[in-house]
Amino acid sequence: MHESAAQIFINALLANNFVLAMFLGLCPFLGVSGKLETAFPMGVATTFVMLVASLCAYGLNLLLTYFNLDFLRLISYIVIIASSVQLVEMVLKKYSPALFRALGIYLPLITTNCAVLGVALFQTAREYDFVQSMTFSFGGGAGFTLALVLMASVRERLTLSDVPSVAQGTALSLMLAGVLSLAFMGFAGLGG
Amino acid sequence: MNVEALAPQTTPTVAMIRTLGLLSAICGLIIVASYQGTYAAVQENKRIAIERAVFKVIPTAKSIEEYLASPEGGVTKVGAGGTASPGAVKFYAGYDATGKLAGIAAEGVAKGYADNVRILFAYDPVAGTVASFSVVASRETPGIGDKILVNKDFLANFPLEAKLSADLKTLAHEIRTVKHGSKVNPWEVDAISGATITSRAVGKAINDAAQVLLPRISPQLDKLKEKS
Amino acid sequence: MSQSPPRTWDEFMEGIWRQNPVFVMVLGMCPTLAVTVSGVNALSMGVATTFVLVFSCGLISLLRKLIPKEVRIATYIVIIATFVTVVDYVIQAVSLALYDALGAFIQLIVVNCIILGRAEAHASKTPPGVAMINALGMGVGFTIGLLALGTVREIFGAGTLFGVALFGESFQPWVVMVLPPGGFFVLGSWLLFFAALERRKQRKLAEATQNA
Repeated sequence: MHESAAQIFINALLANNFVLAMFLGLCPFLGVSGKLETAFPMGVATTFVMLVASLCAYGLNLLLTYFNLDFLRLISYIVIIASSVQLVEMVLKKYSPALFRALGIYLPLITTNCAVLGVALFQTAREYDFVQSMTFSFGGGAGFTLALVLMASVRERLTLSDVPSVAQGTALSLMLAGVLSLAFMGFAGLGG
Repeated sequence: MNVEALAPQTTPTVAMIRTLGLLSAICGLIIVASYQGTYAAVQENKRIAIERAVFKVIPTAKSIEEYLASPEGGVTKVGAGGTASPGAVKFYAGYDATGKLAGIAAEGVAKGYADNVRILFAYDPVAGTVASFSVVASRETPGIGDKILVNKDFLANFPLEAKLSADLKTLAHEIRTVKHGSKVNPWEVDAISGATITSRAVGKAINDAAQVLLPRISPQLDKLKEKS
Repeated sequence: MSQSPPRTWDEFMEGIWRQNPVFVMVLGMCPTLAVTVSGVNALSMGVATTFVLVFSCGLISLLRKLIPKEVRIATYIVIIATFVTVVDYVIQAVSLALYDALGAFIQLIVVNCIILGRAEAHASKTPPGVAMINALGMGVGFTIGLLALGTVREIFGAGTLFGVALFGESFQPWVVMVLPPGGFFVLGSWLLFFAALERRKQRKLAEATQNA
């Protein structure tokens, strides 16, 4: 079945949001969503890496299929992702030192963000073509950023409210994520 | 991965390459060994899974053959040599105990409520109907979307008419899902109220797949009649 | 040598209780929430992760003196990916139904932070025997965490436990439990429960010291 680019984008962004519906990239979602000012750059950096990784994975998959080396797919994807994170780091360092300083500590973390590997694996499993792959990874990254920003905004407000001390921390974040996830379920069926 | 900053002394390049080479060799060996070791079992499992799915939609079938229908109209048996032309559609011919064609099964896919719904449907070439269907993969809401497999009214839609038009290029009537209770023609799918989107996905999946597959295989039915 | 049995036991228990990856360290959340819609899924995911954890920690520990510092993370990831590929094929060979149920999350074991964390923090510094025992403990702890979620979600969400129906026909399943929000809620509740437990223990301890 052919899915249009708009459908793929809407699905990846809202209906099948990577974080809230597919459970991808939860570690950074819970870890860096404390403050809005760190959440947004993290989302942007992840989106960027996703795009690069998706591009590389698309090319690599053509090569692997051509040589019939399916069993090397996982190992080569993860190496590609690790290298593209490194590459992004080096490029940023050279051309945009300010942005590099802002994102510095988060960049290495992106390697173990399963949303990035998830994009590469899903686009292969769904046999997306080039344009579809790029839209999918951009939508996924935007969805990740959206979830992170929403969560950070809620948690910032929360610091001002009176919460039973036993519930503070991760437990409360998870409950909040649950409510957000419920809200996002309302988007299901949107990209039909 | 800012490891350079953490390492006080650097390792000589030769040693680094040697270690990495050794490591790649070990990892390569492990992967290839496990791939070779499980290959037969995985293929067998996949074959059994397909067989089981096809037998479910064609209850009288006792054995299956896998075919490809190419856009030019030819059908070729998978594994009988020859290359598949681009755009070829895979389908399964189910044969009963005497080796007679019991039905044809093919996959269809359409967007459901949560994600794509992939189904397998059985086509009865004698009656020109879609006899039944089963779900291959779906992420539809449990308790709502999965009603399509148990709801009696919905299952009563089958057999569903799927006759070709006079020029044998398309279906005579597009298979459409209609609102619950408004089905009048044998080629319409009566939706489940409360699970309209999933019901519509089933109808669309069957229609999309049948529109492509049926015109290609109907001139070739004689070739498929008996188990070869 | 006389101290070795308790130390081994301690290495094993670290992952199960004191440093439980799910409830204490809150690591490896993605598979934890995504596949725990039923007890069987949770158990299989736990076993698969444990396998990868034990073998990659063993190999990393074996090679720890050879692996150059500069490229160690890349090396670890390659080793982990190797064993994940093995698990991927083994599960396909054992049961395709299970493979479909776990979906992409088998391959996503590669980026489970627990494994890389263990490799970096423990296996790279200890001999293979100890590293593997510690990894086994972590794996078992992770499996227990997954089961705690999987069983609760299955009981409420489907009214069954490991596929066996628990309640009568009249039971109306709480569908939300097997949907994504349910995963967040159940894990949140478990964390609340453990936080409350910890709170009580500390209060008791404080009372005891006051009385003394």
